[in-house]
Amino acid sequence: MAPHDLRRPFKRAAISDQQRRRELSLQRQAQNRRDAQHQARFLAHTILSLQNDSTEPEQELESAPQVEQQAQDFDVRQAARLRGPEARRWFAKQLMLPEWMIDVPERLNTDWYVCARPAGKRCFVVSSNGTTVSRLRNGSMLHRFPSALPNGARTNNSSRSGQSYCILDCIFHEPDQTYYVIDMVCWAGMSLYECTAEFRFFWLNSKLVETGACNDPSPYHRYRFRTILIYNCDQEGLTAAYAGPAPYVKDGLLFYNKHAHYQPGNTPLVLVWKDESCSQYVIDTDSKGQIPDQQQVVLELLDDGRLATSDDPSIIFGCLEQYFIQKTGLQAGNLLRFAISEGGLCFADGKLERADLHYLGKPNRARAFADSYSKVIFQYTARHSPLRIEHLLASINSVNEEENTDMVG
Amino acid sequence: MAMEVTQVLLSAQSVDSTVRKHAEETLKQFQEQNLPGFLLSLSAELANEEKPVDSRKLAGLVLKNALDAKEQHRKYELMQRWLSLDVTVKSQIKACLLQMLSSTVSDARSTASQVIAKVAGIELPQKQWPELIGMLLANVHQVPPHVKQASLETLGYMCEEVVPEVVEQDQVNKILTAVVQGMNASESNIEVRLAATRALYNALGFAQANFSNDVERDYIMRVVCEATLSPEVKIRQAAYECLVSIGSTYYEKLAPYIQDIFNITSKAVREDEEPVALQAIEFWSSICDEEIDILEEYGSREFTADSDIPCYYFIKQALPALVPMLLETLLKQEEDQDQDEGAWNLAMAGGTCLGLVARTVGDDIVPLVLPFIEENITKADWRQREAATYAFGSILEGPSPDKLTPIVNVALSFMLAALTKDPSSHVKDTTAWTLGRIFEFLHGSTVETPIITPANCQQIVTVLLESMKDAPNVAEKACGALYFLAQGYEDVGSTSPLTPYFQEIVQSLLLVTHREDAGESRLRTAAYETLNEVVRCSTEETARLVLGLVQVIMTELHKTLEAQKLSSDERDKQNELQGLLCGCLQVIIQKLGASEPTKYAFMQYADQIMNLFLQVFACRSATVHEEAMLAIGALAYATGPNFAKYMPEFYKYLEMGLQNFEEYQVCAVTVGVVGDICRALEDKILPFCDGIMTQLLKDLSSNQLHRSVKPPIFSCFGDIALAIGENFDKYLMYAMPMLQSAAELSAHTSGADDEMIEYTNLLRNGILEAYSGIFQGFKNSPKTQLLIPYAPHILQFLDSIYMEKDMDDVVMKTAIGVLGDLADTLGSNAGSLIQQSLSSKDFLNECLSSEDHLIKESAEWARLAISRAISV
Repeated sequence: MAPHDLRRPFKRAAISDQQRRRELSLQRQAQNRRDAQHQARFLAHTILSLQNDSTEPEQELESAPQVEQQAQDFDVRQAARLRGPEARRWFAKQLMLPEWMIDVPERLNTDWYVCARPAGKRCFVVSSNGTTVSRLRNGSMLHRFPSALPNGARTNNSSRSGQSYCILDCIFHEPDQTYYVIDMVCWAGMSLYECTAEFRFFWLNSKLVETGACNDPSPYHRYRFRTILIYNCDQEGLTAAYAGPAPYVKDGLLFYNKHAHYQPGNTPLVLVWKDESCSQYVIDTDSKGQIPDQQQVVLELLDDGRLATSDDPSIIFGCLEQYFIQKTGLQAGNLLRFAISEGGLCFADGKLERADLHYLGKPNRARAFADSYSKVIFQYTARHSPLRIEHLLASINSVNEEENTDMVG
Repeated sequence: MAMEVTQVLLSAQSVDSTVRKHAEETLKQFQEQNLPGFLLSLSAELANEEKPVDSRKLAGLVLKNALDAKEQHRKYELMQRWLSLDVTVKSQIKACLLQMLSSTVSDARSTASQVIAKVAGIELPQKQWPELIGMLLANVHQVPPHVKQASLETLGYMCEEVVPEVVEQDQVNKILTAVVQGMNASESNIEVRLAATRALYNALGFAQANFSNDVERDYIMRVVCEATLSPEVKIRQAAYECLVSIGSTYYEKLAPYIQDIFNITSKAVREDEEPVALQAIEFWSSICDEEIDILEEYGSREFTADSDIPCYYFIKQALPALVPMLLETLLKQEEDQDQDEGAWNLAMAGGTCLGLVARTVGDDIVPLVLPFIEENITKADWRQREAATYAFGSILEGPSPDKLTPIVNVALSFMLAALTKDPSSHVKDTTAWTLGRIFEFLHGSTVETPIITPANCQQIVTVLLESMKDAPNVAEKACGALYFLAQGYEDVGSTSPLTPYFQEIVQSLLLVTHREDAGESRLRTAAYETLNEVVRCSTEETARLVLGLVQVIMTELHKTLEAQKLSSDERDKQNELQGLLCGCLQVIIQKLGASEPTKYAFMQYADQIMNLFLQVFACRSATVHEEAMLAIGALAYATGPNFAKYMPEFYKYLEMGLQNFEEYQVCAVTVGVVGDICRALEDKILPFCDGIMTQLLKDLSSNQLHRSVKPPIFSCFGDIALAIGENFDKYLMYAMPMLQSAAELSAHTSGADDEMIEYTNLLRNGILEAYSGIFQGFKNSPKTQLLIPYAPHILQFLDSIYMEKDMDDVVMKTAIGVLGDLADTLGSNAGSLIQQSLSSKDFLNECLSSEDHLIKESAEWARLAISRAISV
């Protein structure tokens, strides 16, 4: 029996580069496999729901909620190909609209993200068939342009399949001509509707940069895209979003519930909040850019003369008398502009009881929706007793303190 | 039955190759035609005292090789073959062997010892040859020393061959008693004492019970320690080997002896001959290994009380005396140790041990080493400067950055100056290595106070690039330092401090690869590896320069293909260089392929690169070049569906790679590339699937293939199914039973060790990825119903791995995904089955509340798919 070799590695790196190359390849392959699997799952889902819809046509015609359901389940791949008025109509219904923060949600510091909202035009950006189109909140087109998004430009590269498309929720920021991506709805052909905000932001941050969409503009890429910094809504995150630097002009803060799926229309699971120091537009202005003396609201006239917000279910702010309706020639479904007079809004048990409204006329034609309840209330409190950043920070701190007392108790 | 084989055996050792080959052929035929006769003839030859020693030794060796092989599969075959031999033949052979232990010819005894151990290795686990140990023990008590020696040696070999469970405790006790008695100072015969000491080394694994008994342990330890003081150097060395082994096997029993061990080891390190001193240092290195493992275990658990083995902090206690002892060894360098690959001396062992000590105790080592560095680093004698630098480099891993950064900040400019100006190549080698360690452990995004600043970055780069023109061993270390310098900027974002130097760095590295002496000290390899890391860690600022590198490396690769009629030595070199160049291209392709704009720009070279890779394959006969294969995987990913045009020509090499059982890494890499191609081509891979599937199924059925390749093969089934969808139907009848039996094997791990559990989880993940791919592939196809019969088993598999509670996060994520895929594809067809399964309730809930977002994400998917499946 010879003595055993006891030499140890001397002045050598522990891992060889070849081993590293193998491992990095394996990592890449595992990631690609995950992506392929993920795409198969979600792509197929959207096809499946379309098939389900077409097999049960009778039921769909019967009730309104069914129709609503159909609009949501509509195959987003087809939506990407819609053109003209059809596209306008479809996209007008697809944006997820935040409610205004009128009180602080529970578990703000654990269940929510916060980010500084860029000032600018909210829009959907759709890339498909070698072109990219952005559409405003009312469905009308903002830009048509080539981009580095999947299938967003006609390049000589044909590696992208025809099914590849993407839909991003963006804000177009005029000063630097940049699309700031605030949410990802579909990516490279796969739908993210059913995914939590947590996952959508993860996917957004890992995928967008890869495409080169965040690069400087070029002939094949007219506008730059950028992600925004999303923070956990704790003391630090909230302070950073509120007071920290951002490459864009801020217009308030957006709060996303981490577990919420992307849901078209108003949702209390995304909230917007602003004050003078993080937004130029805290209190609504009129068409001339002036702050009116009295708060103005836009409400929808219902069949029976009641005045409703855009919420679902809607909140009733009052009722027009039939003779006034006839005299002014108004019709059900019209949007109407009112001022809130000296009587203001009265609440009982946290519910709106009475509003002192004064009719002003019809709003701008581009207007597609009535105001939401939360918007009216936010504007109202902004004029009277605003919800301040200190309140938000205090709610986060009070949670921490409560946790401490629990331990002692 | 036996035959005269003397002449053949002697001819088999002839210098004349024709004679030798003929003899080898004769032996082979004899073995094939009449195995029992062959083995009997060999044992008779070995046992015949009148035959020449050479033929007897070879007879023993051939006999040994007929019983055992390195390769697992072959080993098992030989074992079965021996067991199935006629009992009388085996008895006859064994009798010959035992009889040989008394031979006066020492070579014959030693050969017989080894063969006996091999037979024991086969028979003892089968409860055969029960009398063997008794006979050996009886021999030990015989008077002639040579019989004693041979029997002890046989016991030692035997302990090496069999696992402890095979031998009864009663017999273990007797073996240990005999061995330890043989080691005792009262044993006057040196050969006996040496054989006993070496036997103990192998028998230590059997001594669990004896080491738990204070009296017996004390006795063994006393005898071992006494043997370290024997006048015979071989015995001292063997005794220290025992001590090293005891240090790692019975760490938790060492406390009462550690002071004595320290005393004898430090005397040995300072005074004894080098082979003994090296073992004495090794004792402390292996104690460090133990304590590093234990402390790591502590770190990964919340409560230290949970740990199986407590840490006794031997190193921390010995520190004040241990460190000076090790520092002394650093001054005992050999002149040319840096040029000698096989060198291992006191200074090297001492420095290595010092590095381990630093990792074990952290900050505490710094004040003990600092004075030594300060005192020696400016001395006129190169030995002192080198020792000081080596000491510094050795303690850079372990202590906290807080402790080290201030020292490094002071030392850095001194080091840079030494690397430029020190007259000793040895000092420069160690200095460059130390700089590499500084960058490895104290530079990077995780380190709070950066040691590399805009103020010194340029100087560092300049010095390292200059140093790459130095002697090969120094230049190699400088490349290594640059490697870690680049790595520290791995996640630096969109602008890297190295950008201004990128061009210069690349040029310098390419120059190094062309040095005449780049073959020495693995300099060329180091230069390419550094180039790879520089590329990997580069940012988009230098993407254009990386793109420019493509043509440079392609030209280099092209040059290697022009060489004709190479000697085997030249062919090895060509092969190695091609590996480095393909590796470099792989890194570049992966880098440029990761973002769309650079990918488009890179695509102009795709045809040329692929053509080069095919030529690299073509210039070899039977094997596939692993690095070229890896690079092709990256290329397929970047190319997408257009890769289809390369398939007709590439396919044969793909098949060749999948058939490579011997070099299993090549096989594994090729399996991964099949996955890349599936994702790139999607259904365009269909024409090649019959061939690929046939090969993969063959691989799985082979027991020659390394087991680590099997999990990726299963995953690859999933990749194929996802790519070709319902066309996978024709493979179901082959693939499903294999998946099913593998699933059954991997469902339970009871009694397995950590390594086995890790492998089982890899296997499970592969199986589950296959199921996922198959379900998703078949979705929305009329052939979905073909999968229904498999659903119960798959759900059962999910339930049983959930019950087993030993899956890792990766398996958990894949498993819950499979549940979703099954529900998604089979829909209402599997609704009630799913509702009955445990997985759809407890397991799903557990995953939904997981902290891991990938698990949670898959679980959300599963919940969605299940709710659809059961609502219909």
